[in-house]
Amino acid sequence: MSLAEAETQSRDVHDKTVPSGARPLLTVDHLTMRFGGLVAVNDVSFAAGDAEITAIIGPNGAGKTTLFNCLTGFYKPTVGRLTLDSSGRQHFLERMDDFRISQKAHVGRTFQNIRLFPAMSVLENLMVAQHNALMRASGYSVLGLLGIGGYRKAEREAVDWARYWLEQVDLVDRADDNAGDLPYGAQRRLEIARAMCSRPVLLCLDEPAAGLNPRESAELNALLLYIKEKHQIGLLLIEHDMSVVMEISDHIVVLDYGRKISDGTPAFVRGDPTVIRAYLGEEEDDEIPPEVVADLAPVLAGTKPDPSDGEGR
Amino acid sequence: MTVEASRQAGGTEGTDLVALLKEAGLAALVALGLGISIIGIRTVTIPGGLGLEYRWDWVVIAVVSVFVGRFVLALRRETRSPAKRAEREVVMNRIGATVQRVSKIAGPVLVVIAIALPWMPFSNRYIVDIATLVLMYIMLGWGLNIVVGLAGLLDLGYVAFYAVGAYSYALIAVHFDLSFWLCLPLAGLFAATFGVLLGFPVLRLRGDYLAIVTLGFGEIIRVVLLNWYEFTRGPDGISGIPRPSFFGLPFSRRVQEGEQSFHTFFGLDYSSMHRIMFLYYLILVLALITNFFTMRIRKLPVGRAWEALREDEIACRSLGINPTNTKLTAFAIGAMFGGFAGSFFATRQGFISPESFTFVESAVILAIVVLGGMGSQIGVVIAAVLLIGGTELFRELEQFRMLAFGGAMVLIMVWRPRGLLAHRDPTLRLSAGGQNAGAKGGAS
Repeated sequence: MSLAEAETQSRDVHDKTVPSGARPLLTVDHLTMRFGGLVAVNDVSFAAGDAEITAIIGPNGAGKTTLFNCLTGFYKPTVGRLTLDSSGRQHFLERMDDFRISQKAHVGRTFQNIRLFPAMSVLENLMVAQHNALMRASGYSVLGLLGIGGYRKAEREAVDWARYWLEQVDLVDRADDNAGDLPYGAQRRLEIARAMCSRPVLLCLDEPAAGLNPRESAELNALLLYIKEKHQIGLLLIEHDMSVVMEISDHIVVLDYGRKISDGTPAFVRGDPTVIRAYLGEEEDDEIPPEVVADLAPVLAGTKPDPSDGEGR
Repeated sequence: MTVEASRQAGGTEGTDLVALLKEAGLAALVALGLGISIIGIRTVTIPGGLGLEYRWDWVVIAVVSVFVGRFVLALRRETRSPAKRAEREVVMNRIGATVQRVSKIAGPVLVVIAIALPWMPFSNRYIVDIATLVLMYIMLGWGLNIVVGLAGLLDLGYVAFYAVGAYSYALIAVHFDLSFWLCLPLAGLFAATFGVLLGFPVLRLRGDYLAIVTLGFGEIIRVVLLNWYEFTRGPDGISGIPRPSFFGLPFSRRVQEGEQSFHTFFGLDYSSMHRIMFLYYLILVLALITNFFTMRIRKLPVGRAWEALREDEIACRSLGINPTNTKLTAFAIGAMFGGFAGSFFATRQGFISPESFTFVESAVILAIVVLGGMGSQIGVVIAAVLLIGGTELFRELEQFRMLAFGGAMVLIMVWRPRGLLAHRDPTLRLSAGGQNAGAKGGAS
């Protein structure tokens, strides 16, 4: 298999190509984020392809969420360039305010600890996500207050768009309930639906499978694949659940102590000794015997055994 | 501190009488400590200066009532199951939801009652006056409700905008001789400008910090009004503020040569009630405009963004909502209605001075909003009637009026910490097709 052979070649740490050869949607160049003396993200470069799922994995404290916060403007990176290249326009995310990143560059995100508007109804949550389009339609509230202009039509369309996403995440029945009253798994799905309602070109998901049971986790995989295929947007995913990561991602970036240690297709990363070392700790012996790697591969890959394990090494 | 300590003492076993007595004793001790100086000793004027009057019997009454009250309270707490508490909460929430539903019908009914009030057989000058006062506070409450209830920005200096509105009306009307109807929007505009000016630097603060800064701003406005003598005539206040006219017809007894007043134009006998009733209807209309505006803007994207900001600002940022602009609009619109109410206040009184714009006013308006249930329009009405009308009713209690006021507040905070009617209806629904037609205004 030529693909498997290509994957075994080690990639440079600053390699910014997308392994599948897809057009890069997001390019991260030499991103560094320091908090005082602590370097949370250290000179990380990678690219995420358009209409692909890119997963960022790594042990706790590897700097994954910091990277996300830099991307979505919640932190201003110390060094580095973040370029979003969508439909021929380049946006330099490191220069933009957090709300402008969503408004202008159309980057949507979810949060590790769910951030919904708990006292508002599910439908209202999705309407808030369409705020900017609706604001324009309501003439920045002036026309809407007077009841002239096309606000009613725009609102109907917004409700239809929200209904479409409610159907995708299976929450139509609960549309008029308060978001805070939903069970945990439903809240996670609603957060994804809310981010999608803002019509992003890049969706950043911070541990979407955290706290989900296996059935919900499988549904999530299906949802993310559906989003990728149907809506042709890029997804960036932080995840600990390897069954999610290995099954759906097209490209995996591994961080450890703020540095990128591996980058490639799932099959490549799964067999990369540096990754295994990062997850299982340093051995006395620098070289891990191939048999051990082969034994550990299913662990990294989640519970599901994969026939390509042997070749991937 | 003592309450905490006593709770620990009493909380462990079922009904430990000794612990309960100890708890009540501690509370009584606190009451004694406070009572000696506050109740027990009173200054009185005696010939040749101030003297002290001792009222130890009152202290004893206070201490005994605190002891008994605390004991009964603790006993109830011990014997009552938490399940029952939760049950009561559910019942109260259902009442809140019911009132909200009923208010759709009751709103117009209330408006009709309000319109008919001056014509009722029992109504007199006093009643219409109080109703005007209550409506003023309802309007202020609705204005502040936009800032506190919807946008979740705790504003302790709302009275500043009220003052700006009152002074801008008074100064413009006195110096430039413009009519009330021209000054009213100007006063609102000035107040809104002040809202933006204040909001710009402070809206990055949140919660308690914002509250303190707005409190300071309220005081600054008052102190400036008090000390800028050349402009505001300081503590002397501004007098001779023109009264509103009925489309150019003044409500005066004496009519100048060649002009007409309200009663001559309509061929009525002069009555001072005409003006009172006109003012009453004026504030009724202003308050209804405020309500209509709020109900409508709540269903617009900006209204939903306010509520979303109250819920989670970080999530709002991630959805592309500009938090500063959104908060500023809430601040400016709330300030604008404060300004309208202020100019009404100025024209009603005919005289304003910084005395009228103390922190207590802000506190009362905020109490109306919080007691009514944040964000609830009908709750504001109920709270304003209770608070303003209630204090007027209890006028006979004299010095105990504020005590009753405070007691009522404590009771409500114990039973309904989220306000009387803390129930929120979604601004639009997916089900029941017709209801999701968004921008629908409603009365009251």
